[in-house]
Amino acid sequence: MTTTANAPVLIDAACVTKFYDTRKALDNVSLAIHAKEVVVILGPSGCGKSTFLRCLNGLETVQAGSIRFHGRDLARPGTDWRPVRQRIGMVFQSYELFPHLSVRDNLLLGPVHVQKRPRAEALRQAEGLLERVGLADRLDSFPRQLSGGQKQRIAIVRALSMNPEVMLFDEVTAALDPEMVREVLDVILGLARNGMTMVIVTHEMGFARAVADRIVFMDEGRICETNTPVKFFTAPDTDRAKRFLSRFLY
Amino acid sequence: MPDIDFEFIVIHLPHYGRALLLTLALGLGAILGSLLVGLPGSLILHFRAPVLRRVVAAYVEFSRNTPLLAQLFFLYFGLPAVGIKWSGFTCALTGLTFLGGGYMIEALRAGIEAVGRPQIESALSIGLSRPQIARLVVLPQALASAVPALAANCIFLLKETSVVGIIAVADLMHLTQGLIGLYYKTTESLLLLVAGYVILIVPVSLLFSRLEKAVRRAEFG
Amino acid sequence: MLHALELLWQNAPLLLDGLWATLGIAAAATFFSIIGGALLGMMRASWNNAIVQAAARAYLELFRVIPILVWLFVFFFAVPAASSLDISGTLAAVTVFSLWGASEMSDIVRGALKTIPQAQYDAGRAIGLSGAQLHLRVILPQAVRRMLPGAINLVTRIIKTTSLVVIVGVVDVVKRSQQIIERTKEPFVLYAFLLLLFFALCHPLSRLSRRLEKRFN
Ligand SMILES: Nc1ncnc2c1ncn2[C@@H]1O[C@H](COP(=O)(O)OP(=O)(O)OP(=O)(O)O)[C@@H](O)[C@H]1O
Ligand SMILES: [Mg+2]
Repeated sequence: MTTTANAPVLIDAACVTKFYDTRKALDNVSLAIHAKEVVVILGPSGCGKSTFLRCLNGLETVQAGSIRFHGRDLARPGTDWRPVRQRIGMVFQSYELFPHLSVRDNLLLGPVHVQKRPRAEALRQAEGLLERVGLADRLDSFPRQLSGGQKQRIAIVRALSMNPEVMLFDEVTAALDPEMVREVLDVILGLARNGMTMVIVTHEMGFARAVADRIVFMDEGRICETNTPVKFFTAPDTDRAKRFLSRFLY
Repeated sequence: MPDIDFEFIVIHLPHYGRALLLTLALGLGAILGSLLVGLPGSLILHFRAPVLRRVVAAYVEFSRNTPLLAQLFFLYFGLPAVGIKWSGFTCALTGLTFLGGGYMIEALRAGIEAVGRPQIESALSIGLSRPQIARLVVLPQALASAVPALAANCIFLLKETSVVGIIAVADLMHLTQGLIGLYYKTTESLLLLVAGYVILIVPVSLLFSRLEKAVRRAEFG
Repeated sequence: MLHALELLWQNAPLLLDGLWATLGIAAAATFFSIIGGALLGMMRASWNNAIVQAAARAYLELFRVIPILVWLFVFFFAVPAASSLDISGTLAAVTVFSLWGASEMSDIVRGALKTIPQAQYDAGRAIGLSGAQLHLRVILPQAVRRMLPGAINLVTRIIKTTSLVVIVGVVDVVKRSQQIIERTKEPFVLYAFLLLLFFALCHPLSRLSRRLEKRFN
C-alpha cells in the first residue's frame, strides 16, 4: 500500500531454522518486517508458511537463528511470551473462538484477564471494533450462532482488542465458503489502510496482490523470492515462483 | 400370581425408607468421593506428571478391571487379617469410591482431551497464562463434554450400591434378603426393593438428562 | 508370600473348579448377549415402527434403572414363587446377565450401524448389490470393526458381574474361596487372590479394546 522500506524494523527474523524431529520445516529464513508494512507470504502447501508464523508467536520453538522484537531475541529459550503475544496478535484458519463464551466474553477475555484493563473500557473498545467489522449487534451471540465469516471477523476483533502492534494471519479465509471470503478480506484491507503492520499467509492471489507491500515466496522451508506485488505477479524472478503462479491460471 | 399382602408392605415401609436413605447417603458419598479422586487424577494423567502418572494409571486399570464384590470382600474380610478393621459402612464407601474414582478419572481425562490443541494455542496467542487457560478455557469445555460420561458414572455408582449388602451394610438389598429369609414374603419384599431403586434412580436420571440437554444447548455448533 | 503361594497351590483344584463355573456362566451370557444384542440392535437401527421402538426403549430402561443384582433376586426368588418353575442360581444368572448384556450390546450395534454413512448404502446399491449382499459385504464388515471395542469391553463387564452369582448360591470361584477360608482362616490371601484373578481375566481384554478403539481413530 505504502512504501515502508525506510520505516523502522519491527520484527527482525534472521536465519531461523526449525526442525520437527529430523524434518527441516524452516531453513535459514530471514525476514525483516517494517512498521506499517504488509507482508504476504505465498508458497505451496507444506513449505513452512504456518510454521514461520507460529514461530513469531512462540507456538513453536526454533533450533537456530534469532527473532528480534523491541531489542530482545525471542528465539532464545526462556523467553516470556505472554507480554510479547499481547503485542503480536494472531488469527487462525479455524477461528478458534471459545465456544463456551459469548462474543462479549470472547472479546473481553484478553483485555480483562491478561491486560487487567477495566471491564467498561475494554467493552467500549470491543463495541467500537465490532462496529467496524459490521457485527455491532452480535455482542450477546454465541459462536455456534454465527456463520464462518462472522466468526472469523470476531476472531480478528479478539486479536485487535489487545491493541497489538503486529497482526499475523494464517490462511484466515481457507475454511470459509466462497461468499464469505470477501467480508473477511475487506476487514483486513481496512486494517492495512489504517496502517496496521501485518504478516499474511493466504492462497487468495488477487487479495495478496491488492493488500501486499511485499510478497515473500517460500518453498521447502526457504525463502525463494522477495518482490513487489506487481513484479511478482507479472514477472517473477525465479522459475520456482513462475511454476507456482502458473498453477493459478486456467 | 400369589395374592399380595398389603399389610406386610405397610408394616415394612418404614424399614425400606430407612434403607433407602442409607443407600442414598452411600451413593451420594461415593459420587462425591470419586469426583474428588477423579479431578486430580485426570489432571495428573493429562499433564503427565512423572511417577504419579504411573501410579494413577495403574490405579485406574485396577479399579476398572476388578469387581466391586471382590473389592468389598477384601476390604471387609481380608484387611482385618492384617490388622485393619473398618465398619461395613466405611468399607462400602471406600470400595465404591475406589471403584468410581477410576471411572471418573477416565471421564474427565477424555473431556480434557476433547479440548483441541488449537483452542489452547488461540488462548496462548492472546497472552493468557497456563493457569488462566486451564481455568477459563479448558476446564469449562472439558466439564461440558464430560457431562454425559459423568452422569453415566453417577448412575452406575448408585446402582452398584446394591452390592454392599454382602458386607452387612443395612441397605435395600440387605433388608430384602433378610425379609425373604424371615417371612418368605418374596413378592412383597421384591416389589418394595424394585420400588426403592426406581425412586432412587429415576429422579437422578431425569435430572441428568435435563442437564445434558442444557449443556448441549450451550455447546459449540 | 511363599506361604500364600503354597496355600493357593494346595487348593488349586477347588479354585479351578470354581473358576470353570464362573467362566462358564460368563461365556454363556456373552454368547446370548451378542446374539440377542445383534438382533435387537439391528431392529432398533432399521425398524422404524413406533411400537417396536417404544418397546425396545422400555426394555433398555428396565436395565438402566434397576441394578443387575436386583434382577438376579427377582429371577431367583420371585419367579419360582410366582410359578411352579424351579430356577437354579446358575440359570437365573445366565438369564439375567444375557438379558442385560443384550440390552447393552444392542446399543453398541445400533451405534455402529448409525456411523455408516447413507452414501455407503447408496454406493452399494449403485453397483447392483442386493439387500442381503449389501449388508453382508459392505455394511456389516465396516460396522463390526466399530462394534469390536465396545463388545470386548462388555465382555469384561460380564465377567465382573458374574462375581454376583455367589449371592444366589452358585458355587463359583468366590464361593470356593470362601470355603477355603473357612478351613484355613486365610481371608487376606484368598481375597487378594480373587482381586488379582479378576484383574488378570479383565485387564488384557480392556487393553485390547482400547487398542482397537485407538486404531479406528
Ligand atoms: N506438528 C508437526 N509435526 C511434524 N511436522 C510438522 C508439524 N507441523 C508441520 N509439520 C511439517 O512441517 C512442514 C511445514 O508445515 P507448514 O504447516 O508450515 O506448511 P504450510 O506452508 O503452512 O502449508 P499449508 O499451505 O498446507 O498450510 C510440512 O512439511 C509439515 O508436514
Ligand atoms: Mg499452513
